[in-house]
Amino acid sequence: MEKTEILKSEMLEKHHLRREEMRADVLRPLQKSGLWGNIWVAFLIAIILIGGYAYYLQLKNGLIVTGLRDYATWGIYISNFVFFVAISLVGALISSVLRLTNFTWYRPLTRIAEIIAVAGVIWAGLIIIVDMGRPDRILNLFLHPRIQSPILWDVIVVSTYLTTSVLLLYLPLIPGIAICRNTLTNKPKWQRWMYKVLSLGWNGTEEQWKIMKRSIAILCVVIIPLAISIHTVTSWLFATTLRPGWDSTNFGPYFVAGAFLAGTACVIIGMYVFRKAYHFEKYLTDEHFGYMAKLLVFLAFVYAYFNINEYFIPYYKMRGPEARLLTDLFSGKFAGLYWSAQILGMALPAVLLMFKQMRKPLPVTLISIPVVVFAWVKRYLIVTPILIHPYLPIQNVPESWKNYFPSWVEIAIVSASLAGVLLIITIFSRLFPMISIWETLENEGIDLEEMDKLKIEKV
Amino acid sequence: MKNENDKSDRRKFLKFGALAGGVVLLGSAIGKAITPEPEKKSGEKVKVLTADGKLMEVDGCQMKHPAANKFTNQEMRKGISGKKFVMVIDLARCANARKCVEGCQKMHHKQAPTEWIKVKRMDDAATLTPYWFPQPCFHCDNPPCTKVCPVDATFKREDGLVVIDNERCIGCRFCMAACPYNARSFNWGEPIIPQGMEQEEYSIEKSFPAKKGTVEKCDFCPDMARQGKLPDCVTECPNGTIFFGDQNEDTVTNGELTFRLKELLTNRAGYRYLEELGTEPRVYYLPPVNRDFKFEEDSKQHNTEDYKII
Repeated sequence: MEKTEILKSEMLEKHHLRREEMRADVLRPLQKSGLWGNIWVAFLIAIILIGGYAYYLQLKNGLIVTGLRDYATWGIYISNFVFFVAISLVGALISSVLRLTNFTWYRPLTRIAEIIAVAGVIWAGLIIIVDMGRPDRILNLFLHPRIQSPILWDVIVVSTYLTTSVLLLYLPLIPGIAICRNTLTNKPKWQRWMYKVLSLGWNGTEEQWKIMKRSIAILCVVIIPLAISIHTVTSWLFATTLRPGWDSTNFGPYFVAGAFLAGTACVIIGMYVFRKAYHFEKYLTDEHFGYMAKLLVFLAFVYAYFNINEYFIPYYKMRGPEARLLTDLFSGKFAGLYWSAQILGMALPAVLLMFKQMRKPLPVTLISIPVVVFAWVKRYLIVTPILIHPYLPIQNVPESWKNYFPSWVEIAIVSASLAGVLLIITIFSRLFPMISIWETLENEGIDLEEMDKLKIEKV
Repeated sequence: MKNENDKSDRRKFLKFGALAGGVVLLGSAIGKAITPEPEKKSGEKVKVLTADGKLMEVDGCQMKHPAANKFTNQEMRKGISGKKFVMVIDLARCANARKCVEGCQKMHHKQAPTEWIKVKRMDDAATLTPYWFPQPCFHCDNPPCTKVCPVDATFKREDGLVVIDNERCIGCRFCMAACPYNARSFNWGEPIIPQGMEQEEYSIEKSFPAKKGTVEKCDFCPDMARQGKLPDCVTECPNGTIFFGDQNEDTVTNGELTFRLKELLTNRAGYRYLEELGTEPRVYYLPPVNRDFKFEEDSKQHNTEDYKII
């Protein structure tokens, strides 16, 4: 009896030390930002300011300052919107699908995935407003709504998904905020006040743990249909039309599969950056990169399956107007982009990551970069080539209308939106712990709820 | 119940409108007689029916038609009751004169390269002779464009027209993406309004004045129909290619020739473009058989200049 007591207290002491160690590791990056960190933020803000000026010009002169015209009526604003919605799906995949399927290795990654999701959805909502000809009339969506329009569906699911994602980011973060509140006492007044408000008076009571864990469990279930809806509805912006190339019943799952692939690659890059910049080697281990690499292979195969259905079955038939589009994609003016997207953005990464040596952090990250870049390109290929391959021939229009090339205004605004996503992630990571302490330790068999119950703060 | 009331209200309103119209016309005629202000004669004579049933001929410039502006936005959203507008385009008559395009641009104060009606060279197959294909908005009965509008800014009216409320449109261009015929245009920049017309009140039946950042298209000229006039694309065509009319009356006319719609479509094998899409267009085509003109290549390129930012 005596012996077990001693053993138990020894174990508790070990757990406590481990918790203290992890708290210190996770909070260290919040203490101060280095020179490079500040240059990075200044760089992002500069890009956003240029984009802001470009948007001012667009508001003043109208969409005439873009490369868009009557045929290519949607361009990189819309493809960028689809891209942001796509990467935001990974939040649901990592924190929810893996949780419900009883995996545990993903736990240190949840916060990175969730903040990518939240930043992605926020900028998806903003970039779609940039695409509007009359942003001043945005209230018409609420004054004269037509629920039959897929745009209304998108408004509903995007806002619901944003709310749910913010909650799924925030709830598991509450114990972390409480630690910030208790330990980061040297921070400016506003920051301390923010921690105080956001921690909702968390002090680890049994009741608080129970409410938090229950809420997370419910959100994890709710977010799956929401995540699938948000990207399926986005695919319906195209699939509800009669245009050859969009008029496809495959579009919903095709978009969702592509979104999971792109988002997973984004999380891998995020993991690598935080591992290096914040010295999280102990928490974002080689093993995590290995798992994520395998997930990427699996998702690339799923995506390839939908791509075959989407492009090669119509190619087999070569139906009139679709044939012109597919010829242009496969061997025409879009062939370079198309095959780069399919090979560098999907096929090659899947093949390479099947080799064990490639599943180390650096190679996985390097392989993930083209996956993300060509995920963006692929969304451009989904939007624009279809619009310039209509049923009726394009005649008697200026030469520039027959093709689409984004203007500097569009490029500046899209760059600003990408910088905006990175800025949200950066600022968040300066204010809050990027790894969930309690979730990670739970993985190691250390139950913080239990420790709170025993009131183990000091040994 | 409410609808019934609405209807009888409208009937009353229309009766009143007709009466008021007559009075205004008479009044203005008397007014003219008393104060002879110098007004430019358009030279175009228009036949009008006076309130007491007399047929008179007046100068076109006197046709101000206050009635067209008197309808509320709600009335114009409903459309002209009892009508089902329809267009028949005889491809055998089209010689690519492009007068429909010019007439339309002039009437709607649009500048190139915006064309609400387009004339396209159609090459169906290498073994077939090409033909010219005037293409307005098809005013589909199952319109893919109005379905996707998030704010009911483009909609189907009782009289078959698909029109746009440019004061409500948010410029998302979903309707442009949804239209399989690319019938829609966009006001990319600040629209050019002819001098002296800037103050004109916006009317969805005129699609004028154009609004920046909104979608526009061929509207079948309901304001002209209210005046009993044909759209300019019909009257401007030197070859009488385009016929306009009312399906309920079973009549279409190009201004010179008038046909029974059903007979014409039966005898000349009328068809609708891309019938298989199921959009149910209100524009019918007569195939280019026994053509009035031999196919001739276009002598020059059109609309080579893009818009200028103003």
